[in-house]
Amino acid sequence: MRFAVTKVCGGGAKARAGVLQIGGSNIETPALLLSTRKGLPAFISRDLLASLPLPDSLLLHVCPTHFMDGPPSKTISNIGGLHHMLGLPDHILIAAAGDSIESLPTSEASNKFGASFETPAGRRLVKPSDYMELISCMKPNLWASLADEVPAWVTEKRNRVSVERTLRWLDACIALDADFGANTLGVVVGGSSIEQRKLCATEVAKRNVSGFWIGGLGLGDSPEERCSILDAAVGCLPPEKPRLVSRLGLPEEVLEGVAAGIDLFDSTYIYQLTMGGFALIFPIDMVGKKMDNGALNNSVGDFTKINLRATAYRKDTSRIVDSCSCFTCQNHTRAYLNHLLNVHEMLAQILLEIHNTHHYLCFFRLIRDSIKSGEFDGFRQQFVQDRRAHLAAAVM
Amino acid sequence: MALRFEVLGRFNRARAARLTLPHFTCQTPLFMPVGTQGTIKGLTTDQLEEIGCQIILGNTYHLELRPGSRLIDDLGGLHKFMNWKRALLTDSGGFQMVSLLHLADITEEGVTFQSPVDGKPMLLTPEESIHIQNNIGADIIMALDDVVKTTITGPRIEEAMYRTLRWIDRCIAAHKKPDVQNLFGIVQGGLDPVLRDICVKGLVERNLPGYAIGGLAGGEDKDSFWRVVAQCTAGLPEDKPRYVMGVGYPLDIVVCSALGADMYDCVYPTRTARFGTALVPEGVLKLKQNAMATDERPIDPTCPCMVCKKYTRAYLHCLVTKDAMGSQLLSYHNLSYMMRLSRDLHMSILEGRFPEFVRGFLRIQFPKGDVPKWVRNAMVVAGIDISECCAKCPRDAMDAPGTDIPELCPPTKCS
Repeated sequence: MRFAVTKVCGGGAKARAGVLQIGGSNIETPALLLSTRKGLPAFISRDLLASLPLPDSLLLHVCPTHFMDGPPSKTISNIGGLHHMLGLPDHILIAAAGDSIESLPTSEASNKFGASFETPAGRRLVKPSDYMELISCMKPNLWASLADEVPAWVTEKRNRVSVERTLRWLDACIALDADFGANTLGVVVGGSSIEQRKLCATEVAKRNVSGFWIGGLGLGDSPEERCSILDAAVGCLPPEKPRLVSRLGLPEEVLEGVAAGIDLFDSTYIYQLTMGGFALIFPIDMVGKKMDNGALNNSVGDFTKINLRATAYRKDTSRIVDSCSCFTCQNHTRAYLNHLLNVHEMLAQILLEIHNTHHYLCFFRLIRDSIKSGEFDGFRQQFVQDRRAHLAAAVM
Repeated sequence: MALRFEVLGRFNRARAARLTLPHFTCQTPLFMPVGTQGTIKGLTTDQLEEIGCQIILGNTYHLELRPGSRLIDDLGGLHKFMNWKRALLTDSGGFQMVSLLHLADITEEGVTFQSPVDGKPMLLTPEESIHIQNNIGADIIMALDDVVKTTITGPRIEEAMYRTLRWIDRCIAAHKKPDVQNLFGIVQGGLDPVLRDICVKGLVERNLPGYAIGGLAGGEDKDSFWRVVAQCTAGLPEDKPRYVMGVGYPLDIVVCSALGADMYDCVYPTRTARFGTALVPEGVLKLKQNAMATDERPIDPTCPCMVCKKYTRAYLHCLVTKDAMGSQLLSYHNLSYMMRLSRDLHMSILEGRFPEFVRGFLRIQFPKGDVPKWVRNAMVVAGIDISECCAKCPRDAMDAPGTDIPELCPPTKCS
């Protein structure tokens, strides 16, 4: 894996564009990792996945804990590792232990032996040795070490303990790694404590890792705190290695992360939108252009998304987004999606996940373009302003 | 008449044909997946095309409830609404009579249901059914028939058969688009050959574009089932398609094709997929079984579909019944299997190797030679020699109730 920063921009010169050379592909950053369930997107099978923008859609976040009740390690090894098992040999699989849907960190049950997660198969305690057994049989392109992620409301002592454990487990994982950390992302925790964040980041940076994963966010920290936490953590990390963050999903959160110097984002935002029957519609052509489809006057949506369950769409034969080139918009109408949602058909989620993924990947392209042209700050300001203006108008 | 049916090849009663419909030119025998609510569960129209689906079913009852046939018509018909470019068939809504019988009241006028959505009474008359189907716009529409369960006996069956004939005339009169939609009549009459004969003759007199054999696939014994199919295919015109409704299992499709039927529909392949069962040449593969957890083979090594080319039983084992992706992948495979079966039937008849195909099919499904008696009996009528697939002693084979054909039960030493 190789990573290089190609352009730095923004106030304080923290936002950066880069290129990740990995698994035979060149992925531009900032980039989005698509969330998966047992390695595959929730609803997009591999043939449909191929129709999403490339190489953007090659990046997948996989959760080793999803496989704890799955095929035994030996079977996964025999099949040739995760890429072969999933039928996605060209994709970039980045493994990290927690996610927001099926592998929730339950810090109260974690102990000195391992981290606890709430999974569909019940609560599981994962020790570094268990974790590395999964990692070594799966052979993901990159993997984050096992971390003790805690929510923002824990005591100072518990927070300190989480930092100590996370560092200890990082060392344990690297020791068990056949590649000695060449594909490892060190996890930085520390909750809402600036001091602990700086400490953890500094320590992790000393290890022989190829990148960093900022963990523990999106677990009760307030949006106001987040900015300073990110700055504290990222500030102590070397600029030439990539940084990932979990659970920053909303467009505004992504922009905040980019502004702080984050390169890769993993979130379940798309999944949650899809399950709610929402389709993203915010403009992803040049910022400042008017919306298509009269959505600004649309009472059943906000600037970002529409709820296709609403009866307003029963006879709407337009596409979700007129200018969108995704499979869903090229082939189906809002009316059809409205029908599918109302009769609880699986195809609704498939089509929505495709569109939402496509749309959000295009949003990331816009971000990258704005950094490359040196206009990231303006882009971010305009985006947030447009959204707030619409919400203000809706209230009046 | 808005179709053309040309028989391209035969073996005794079996036919390979080209069925030209307004939206698509099909090859028969063919299996039609069921897309009840305007979608096949878990698959896109692109995937269905890739798998080779030629005709898919929509259900009048469900589509009228949601989103409503008026809305579908306003938006240009079901093809446009769901963006399916190939052929569509809608059933009349009649089958729901049998499956929702405790909520239904059948009179000469039509059928009253209680809507399961809001409890309001719905009246489905022949005129209304055809009107709804005209709105939906499928290539083939089905007449409203008075369906009774084959497990029922008595005068109700006779009543239903005659009513079906009276209703077909009302359907024909109500049909507003005979130039683009083909109205098929449905042969009823339960398991009674006399009633079936009357019905066949009555429908043939009406000179419809195609005919269905209805009222089967509802729990009757297999021996009665094949005899009704055999009788109907013998009485229906050669130059028109024959559709056995609600069939079904691959074995049943092979037998019915041998007896001269052309079209089939069933929820079985997609429904069983959602329960974790895959269709394979040997029969079925239950992916939930513990043994599958470490099985590194594909579902079916002979299957060229994406699922069999890319995935192992072990991985699918952990997906099925738990994740939507499991349902999707298994439905994809099962429908691929059914489309492959359809193609194999068509090509083997066309290329003059149908008996070999049937023997090969039975050999793989019944490696011990325990071909069920009803299949053996049916193959005699179909004129296909399957003796090499059957165990030496007929008593080894599964018995099905029904009269024996003496030549299949030669005297043996076993008692």
